[in-house]
Amino acid sequence: MPGATTAGRDRAAPKPMVEVRRVSKVYDGGVEALDDVSIDMPEGRLTTLLGPSGCGKTTLLKIIAGLLPATAGEVLVDGRPVTGPGPERAFVFQDFALMPWADVLRNVAFGLELRGVARSEREAVAERYIHAVGLGGFERAYPHALSGGMRQRVGLARALAVDAKVLLMDEPFSAVDEQTRRKFQEDLLRLIGGERKTFVFVTHSIEEAVYVSDRIVLMSRRPSRVSSVIEPDIPRDGDPEGIRRNPAYLDTVETIWQGLKQYVQ
Amino acid sequence: MIASLLIWAGLWELWGRSGASFVIPPLSRIFLRMAEIVPTATFGEALSITARAFLLGNLIAIAVGVPLGVLMGRSIFADRVFLPWVNMFLSAPLTALVPVIMVIFGLGQTTIVMTVVLFAIWIIVLDARAGVRNISPSLVEMARSFGATTAQAFARIYLWAALPEILSGIRLGMIRAVKGVIIGQLLVSIVGFGRLFELYSSRFLMEHFWALLFVLFAFAFVLNEGLAWLERRVDYYAAARH
Repeated sequence: MPGATTAGRDRAAPKPMVEVRRVSKVYDGGVEALDDVSIDMPEGRLTTLLGPSGCGKTTLLKIIAGLLPATAGEVLVDGRPVTGPGPERAFVFQDFALMPWADVLRNVAFGLELRGVARSEREAVAERYIHAVGLGGFERAYPHALSGGMRQRVGLARALAVDAKVLLMDEPFSAVDEQTRRKFQEDLLRLIGGERKTFVFVTHSIEEAVYVSDRIVLMSRRPSRVSSVIEPDIPRDGDPEGIRRNPAYLDTVETIWQGLKQYVQ
Repeated sequence: MIASLLIWAGLWELWGRSGASFVIPPLSRIFLRMAEIVPTATFGEALSITARAFLLGNLIAIAVGVPLGVLMGRSIFADRVFLPWVNMFLSAPLTALVPVIMVIFGLGQTTIVMTVVLFAIWIIVLDARAGVRNISPSLVEMARSFGATTAQAFARIYLWAALPEILSGIRLGMIRAVKGVIIGQLLVSIVGFGRLFELYSSRFLMEHFWALLFVLFAFAFVLNEGLAWLERRVDYYAAARH
């Protein structure tokens, strides 16, 4: 299996920032979303939850975020059990979840606004991240005037601005067109390189998962379990376009597809 | 539209001039009378006392109705407690309750203010509730995940997200409040326009009576159009939501 190894690899493993311990989730009405899931997400890395639609990966992400309670098991973030949302985690939403009545600056600064940070201070921070995600000059624009890709950049800047240790991203590119998505993925890699944060990423796109992830958790159909963990061995320090031509990238995509095929009718 | 109005006005004028009924004086004389009574101090006083009752009643209805509606939209418990009552009062013949208010608050301005509240509040509650229930769930999750307290979520998310529906409720509430203030004054009949109506009709001053009625109709119409204009201006919020 060239280019990909299973868990337990040679690279010095950082300590886990997010630990999912035997988590199960049964929704009211008896739908079993997760069945005894345990995963470690290493600090400073990007871990992706990958699986077919409706496999419970978003459910797991929301349990880590503290937005949903687990039926059984627990989640530890930075060693502390999750009981609800907390300042060490920030969420990027699939449908952006921007406030349409507020401009880009206020949307990005909103997390800090809720914490009572003074206006000039929080706007300076927001300003910095608006530039970091490539939206400089759009501070006073309203969400309805922005494209889907730009709206998600606002969502990302908002999550970065609160300086959380863990960024939880729920299919952030699924509502964005293909060209924008590629550009966005490249920018994301650059941002990850600059921020020493732990990223947890949910997607149903194999290519996207292999392109951005240090660790990929393959999840099975509902009730979801971890079917395997893959760590793509692809150098990310070079040209972002080069990754897509790297044989290791292509092999990993193929390996995952072979593994996931069984869940697709 | 204009042509239709003119034809009806012409018919009214002819009917009035024929002298068939003293209840219907010629339209032209009503308009002359209008020009005569509008500048009088009696009219001005009635107008200001009515406007005060109307504004105060609306303010109370908004200040109580909007938070109550937002609460009902977010809390299943509050919804179960209040919704049956709100629905009942929304369709109930509220005029029948005005004598009860009169017994409680006496014959005066307070009763009229409370009548305005009684007429306006229910639709405000119901629309604010509907607006909050329409908020996209991810916006609610966003507020939670960034650590919003309940008070912050209400003041900075729910209220704003529901603003188009809230404004539409306030507009409908104000139209009902016009009925409330006039019905209240007619039943109390010693303050404001109610006193004037009472005065004119008891002395069979039909020109005065109609003139006053036309003025009130015009007020209600202008008020409604003004509010509808305001509502259209914030409509893009609604369009920008999903």
